Amino acid sequence: MLSSAATSIIVVLIVFFLFMEGAGVFTKKPIEDGFLLAVSPSNPVKKLEPSQIKDIFDQKITNWKEVGGKDEPIVLFRTSDISTYYTDEELGENFEFFPAKINELISKQPGIIAFFSDKYKAENFSGRELEINKIKVFEFLSGEEWFPTAQPIAQMGVKPLIYGTLWVSLGAILIALPIGLAAAIFLSEIARKKVRNLVKPLIELLAGIPSVVYGFFGLVVIVPLIQSTFNLPVGETGLAGSVVLAIMALPTIITLSEDAMRNTPRAMKEASLALGASQWQTIYKVVIPHSASGITAGAILGIGRAIGETMAVLMVTGNAAVIPHTLLEPVRTIPATIAAELGEAPNGGLHYEALFALGCILFIITFGINLLVELVSSKQKHKKH
Amino acid sequence: MNKSKLLLFLPLLAILSCGKSKSDEKDATQNTASTSVTIKGSDTVLPLAQKEAETLMLSDKGISVTVVGGGSGVGITALMDGTTDIAMASRDLKTEEKLKFSESKKEVEKVTIAFDALTVIVNPANKVSQLTRQQLEEIFTGKITNWKEVGGADEKIVAYSRESSSGTYEFFKEEVMENKNYATNILSLPATGAIVQAVGQTKGAIGYIGLAYETKEVKQLGVSYDEGKTFIEPSVANAKNKTYPISRPLFYMFDKTNANKVKPIVDYALSDEGQKIVGEIGYVPLK
Repeated sequence: MLSSAATSIIVVLIVFFLFMEGAGVFTKKPIEDGFLLAVSPSNPVKKLEPSQIKDIFDQKITNWKEVGGKDEPIVLFRTSDISTYYTDEELGENFEFFPAKINELISKQPGIIAFFSDKYKAENFSGRELEINKIKVFEFLSGEEWFPTAQPIAQMGVKPLIYGTLWVSLGAILIALPIGLAAAIFLSEIARKKVRNLVKPLIELLAGIPSVVYGFFGLVVIVPLIQSTFNLPVGETGLAGSVVLAIMALPTIITLSEDAMRNTPRAMKEASLALGASQWQTIYKVVIPHSASGITAGAILGIGRAIGETMAVLMVTGNAAVIPHTLLEPVRTIPATIAAELGEAPNGGLHYEALFALGCILFIITFGINLLVELVSSKQKHKKH
Repeated sequence: MNKSKLLLFLPLLAILSCGKSKSDEKDATQNTASTSVTIKGSDTVLPLAQKEAETLMLSDKGISVTVVGGGSGVGITALMDGTTDIAMASRDLKTEEKLKFSESKKEVEKVTIAFDALTVIVNPANKVSQLTRQQLEEIFTGKITNWKEVGGADEKIVAYSRESSSGTYEFFKEEVMENKNYATNILSLPATGAIVQAVGQTKGAIGYIGLAYETKEVKQLGVSYDEGKTFIEPSVANAKNKTYPISRPLFYMFDKTNANKVKPIVDYALSDEGQKIVGEIGYVPLK
């Protein structure tokens, strides 16, 4: 009683913490803290979308007229570019003339877009700061580009990541469930005792292999296999992730389903056989319905492992943040993103909070799946009684 | 029930006792050491600094060195705050950082301890053996998508990159792509070994790795930084004489007022023995 209360409280606290950190991303602007983007005062452009700013700094947009301004080439300016305009002497020994020089530069260059720290914004600053909106929930979810470290504006679109996670997990469960069920039926109903005693511990052993080992196995064996089978330019695909995850989820599904099937009362099975049903009819009319809850439990835990699995997926799916159209394309999943990027994200910064928000999304997805399964299995129970 | 509890306790006890004995050892070394120096910063320099610190501590019992990673930025910030004696960095100070040091009236001395060079690699079956910087930029920003555009076979280009947390990712972005962002469909892998593996088994692949990792499974490309006039083959010799363009110096940075304290470590890094370790770790020695 006490321990279950304590566990629930801890779980609620963890979820609360997760959402607290994750919500932080929506109070921030996608520009680095303390930095600003400024343009010349004569420039009519007042507002730019984050994607436009990225294209400007990637030199894909090179003229102001493409974003609704005058016909003027865009001049990029980052703080470190100051040395191409002014010598160290002009900036002063301790950079005391820095703000004044930036000021001068902005008023001199009509096509400039400058990215610098607001510490060097002069008191009589002549340029005009571009307005940057805070990140909105809708934009966060529907954005299609994930460049959390892009300078000057971070691109926070998680749509490709959500799709990637769902595709890979769905593929995994589609592969694992039939194989797992078949193996469970074989072990519980068909195999002789000797065979079962040999095979079952072997399958359980699969669960003990570290996921990095699975990942490496996937990279060396499954990836080239997929590449040559489907004649693809690249083998690191969602399918490779699905196959690896399916192998990883198999022990859970097999063990749980097999246990549930073996718990079918002997009397029920014998009654079915006595009525003239064949062994197969007994299996799918009596054994499987009776053990349905065990099988669903196995499937949930299997999906849970698949969705949350990090390392193996990180190594085999290629991690390109593009929206996949088939399973034969590289994908990037949410857990892989969190694992790969959290180490570098500064504590409490925008990137850090965005990763927590990704964690929230992952939580909501798994929570939704669990709810769905609960709903389905409770309906089945009602039917039975 | 009791038996299983005991079984649970045993490994716990074992873990606890391990921790204890380790901390004892640490105490012992700290007692004998007269100076203790902290080195913090770049993960690129980390293995080198660690190896050098280990061998230095073996030969000189009077010194104790703690090496911590975290990234160049972390090390430089720690140097500003005075929480580390030496900052390891795989890049020069940024203008912002120079400004901050001058604000806090600190003079920073930086010493180059080695060079790190990147090699662009492709599958051995690829006909292309050299590319210009411009072509590399267009491949990694997604403008060039087929090998025939750069003189190869009619094959889709599959570009591999490191994860964004890696210093190599940033270095390649700054040095080769002139700060432009990677295309979204670039595949990113968590480790250099994985990139070598992937490029070795994917026909149209291209990737970049540290010069030291050269293996027979992949082909290294010559690069040109003057629009195709001269192509330089990646080799330790070319990196040493600075003709190979995609290379960067690795630094130890420290406060000038602290120079005496860190001198043994910096001297060791520059000594013949230290430079030998540079080669062993896989970077390019200074001489």
